[in-house]
Amino acid sequence: MNKILSSVAKTSAPEAPSPTIAIPTKSKAKSGALGHLIYVLRENPVTALAFIMFGVMVIAAVFGPYIVPYDPLATDSDSVLQPPSFSHWFGTDNLGRDVFSRVVVATRLDLVISVAAVALSFMIGSFLGAIAGYRGGWTDITLNRVLDTIMAFPLFVLAMGVVAALGNSIANIIYATAIINIPFYARLVRAEVNIRRNAGFTLAAKLSGNSDARILAFHIFPNALPPMMVQVSLNLGWAILNAAGLSFIGLGVRPPTPEWGIMVAEGANFIVSGEWWLALFPGLSLMVAVLTFNLMGDGLRDIVDPRRRT
Amino acid sequence: MAARGTSVLTRIAQAIPVLFGVIVISFVLTRALPGDPAVQFAGIMATPETIEETRVKLGLDKPMPEQFVIYLGQLFQGDLGQSVSTGRPVVTELASRLPASLELTLSALILSCVVAVPLGVLAATRPGSWIDQICRLLVTMGVSLPTFFTGVMLIYIFYYLLGISPSPLGRLDFVYLDPPHVTGFFLIDAAVDGDWETWFGALKQLVLPAVTLALFTLAPIARMTRAAMLSALSSDYIRTARAAGLGSGRILYGYAFRNALLPVVTTLGMVFSFVLGANVLVEKVFAWPGIGSYAVEALIVSDYAAVQGFVLSMAFLFVFLNLLIDLAYSLIDPRFGTSGK
Repeated sequence: MNKILSSVAKTSAPEAPSPTIAIPTKSKAKSGALGHLIYVLRENPVTALAFIMFGVMVIAAVFGPYIVPYDPLATDSDSVLQPPSFSHWFGTDNLGRDVFSRVVVATRLDLVISVAAVALSFMIGSFLGAIAGYRGGWTDITLNRVLDTIMAFPLFVLAMGVVAALGNSIANIIYATAIINIPFYARLVRAEVNIRRNAGFTLAAKLSGNSDARILAFHIFPNALPPMMVQVSLNLGWAILNAAGLSFIGLGVRPPTPEWGIMVAEGANFIVSGEWWLALFPGLSLMVAVLTFNLMGDGLRDIVDPRRRT
Repeated sequence: MAARGTSVLTRIAQAIPVLFGVIVISFVLTRALPGDPAVQFAGIMATPETIEETRVKLGLDKPMPEQFVIYLGQLFQGDLGQSVSTGRPVVTELASRLPASLELTLSALILSCVVAVPLGVLAATRPGSWIDQICRLLVTMGVSLPTFFTGVMLIYIFYYLLGISPSPLGRLDFVYLDPPHVTGFFLIDAAVDGDWETWFGALKQLVLPAVTLALFTLAPIARMTRAAMLSALSSDYIRTARAAGLGSGRILYGYAFRNALLPVVTTLGMVFSFVLGANVLVEKVFAWPGIGSYAVEALIVSDYAAVQGFVLSMAFLFVFLNLLIDLAYSLIDPRFGTSGK
């Protein structure tokens, strides 16, 4: 089992950095961190671009419904399956709905699903991992066994199973995505906490009368945050892909709700007759979103842990 | 040698608790969650009495631990329950569709290894060159590609625009007859039968879905190969080998590559997880009659026994593949089993 464990740890992301890394970044002055951030962004324009794209996505998610030219649900039998034109930038679908408006409006739902899922797995994973790492012993072993079992499933397949068992709804897509992501966070936090449970500052905090919960929450856990942030960013891209994949096979989101995965699924029916714009634009948006999160994650890793650049 | 044998046995023994855990989770997913399977199985026209009858018939009135034991017993007899929609046992359905999925997955994996490993090696031996840049681009794009979207776009380009690939419907065009069943792999069956026309027909159908899957799995393999080769090439033993005047080919393939292979093989375990999931999506796009599309159909009509059977068998397959990978370790890595835990 340890082989699988280590394989996961090596490849997917945890990549627990050695204890020496997080502490110096932490102890550095704020201006130093900011200066480093600016330096990294200047050195690596791709990361800067990723942050800009992320900003655009957030704007689209927040203001999308107010700025799009058409109602994403309004059908129009006069302009069905129109190719992209000046009035319909991304064309229209089989019911005459404006694809551009639907793609922009879908940003919110896709972001909400993935952010909610990642936030949930972040919280649950951190909680479980912190306790297991701090207490060690049986708690640790039990948690590891449970995580091993979750990881023993092909994750997308497990998500399908969870949605099937819980019922077909958007909330359950979020829960399913959260469940399959928990192991990554729990492992990462467990490793970060475990190496610090007997560190000097932990012992000092204990001696000055702090409770275990307080030490764990305010002294040890913050050290795990930098690598966690990298993980969150990489994970968001994966969560979006996962959620879109689930809705592509008809789970969770139901038509006519605009969502990228389901839009690609609907567009796929028209691709064989040559109406490419139906599937292309939502698919591209999905791809750009995932790419943004991945590039951001790589960029954040450079900021948090410069030695790990590849 | 004895140490190695023992560690192989230990590794096999370690898979047992995981399998047990997989069964427990699958049981929990089937039984212990909200929603009443008895209502499901009794059908739409059910009255309270028939629901109660179904409950007793399915053994759902018994306490949970007892149900679990019964569930275990059924599993050992290879019984995954009945599909509500087709009325056939889930095991039969899965078994008849598994070869299609395996054929697709394996060809995709072979394809992506054949491309990704040399690409990673080349990128690592010439860091900063154009091939390194291509590798980097492919890796970044590859992980961001939604499989189902790649599939749809490939269909558009190669079927609609260029017209060189057959219509994306299933494993074989309707003008061909299925080759006689030997392994269930159409390529092998047709070759065994000597029917090369069918063989080409099956190959043509297979290319697009396999490429779609391969594009997706290319990225992690190429990335890992590149990283592992880079670290192997900068190691002391390579410097020693160079100093000793060994030929560059011998250094590269005999020493560096052999050592770089270990992390690559480890990555394959993770890749399997992705590929078995992505398989579902690709099968849906290409109407491939594998277990993935079976599960999708079952999901849509809420045929839970079928879905759970699918999830369980995929998990078993995955655990088995990981076991194989770990055993492959013992072949590749001569240190295996000698270092101890």
